[in-house]
Amino acid sequence: MGAAVRAGGTAAGGVVGTIRYHQATGAVTVSQGHATHSAAMQDAQIRVDLLSHPTYIGGVRELVSSICRRIGFPELCCGQMALAVDEALCNVMKHGYEGREDQPISIGIQIHEDRSGAGHSSIRIVIEDQAKQVDPKSICGRDLQDVRPGGLGVHMIREIMDEAVYEKREGGGMRLIMTKNNPSQGASCRLPDAGGGQTNG
Amino acid sequence: MADGTLQVGFETQGSAVVVTPQGEIGYSEATVFRTWLRKAHDAKTPRVVVDLAKVDYMNTPGVATLVESLQITKKAKSRLILCGMNEKVFAIFKIARLDTVFEITPTVAEAIAKP
Repeated sequence: MGAAVRAGGTAAGGVVGTIRYHQATGAVTVSQGHATHSAAMQDAQIRVDLLSHPTYIGGVRELVSSICRRIGFPELCCGQMALAVDEALCNVMKHGYEGREDQPISIGIQIHEDRSGAGHSSIRIVIEDQAKQVDPKSICGRDLQDVRPGGLGVHMIREIMDEAVYEKREGGGMRLIMTKNNPSQGASCRLPDAGGGQTNG
Repeated sequence: MADGTLQVGFETQGSAVVVTPQGEIGYSEATVFRTWLRKAHDAKTPRVVVDLAKVDYMNTPGVATLVESLQITKKAKSRLILCGMNEKVFAIFKIARLDTVFEITPTVAEAIAKP
């Protein structure tokens, strides 16, 4: 390990975080409190450990958007990637932890960056919690014909990502693994229809 | 902790109430946004216009408050018209297939003048 920076101060009653640079692998770890990472996180170049407080969602969103931009994802898609992670975190905080704001969430980001200029970059994002476990098959987006508040988050995640897999963690909690290839290489990205306009009704 | 980054303007223009949120409407801010929309409905005007031109970001809790607001206006036989969305916010409505459910216009003036 090359360096470890521990940030002082308090947020939600705890330490702000620890930033570590792993010289051998080039990985950066940003952590809040003390966390151990699962095998699913081992390949991540970037890891973020945070508490389940909504205030932290914005920072994670900006991190994801920034990474996607740097590996060549189209601008609108960077925002949508951030939205998908935002929705996943909202679901953990609201449904998994039922509003408790001091529970652990871990995020791992693995990047495959194509430096040839061909644009074959991809990103894999893992989100782990220690919340109550549910049957992964029960996590599905609702029928969009049924217009009512709520229940859209999972639909958003599945529409934006190429793949989104929920699974139970060994020993408790849930894991969401999301992957996305650079849409500029033909993978789907939910862009508004060209010329669709913003007038209707 | 901060309560979010949302500020909300509120004014009456003719027979419409215009609600103007500014900032982000995420998980934290949706509750505040809902409070202002309720206030707009309480004014019992024929139409409520929500100007989203200064909203940088919205997620589904924010969208849900607007769906809830739409249901209230339908019950009250009034109208909810959204306007001024940037490309990112409009994309969320498209992904959720809500772009055809809401009345949407480019500007406040068009929302107020809309037949």
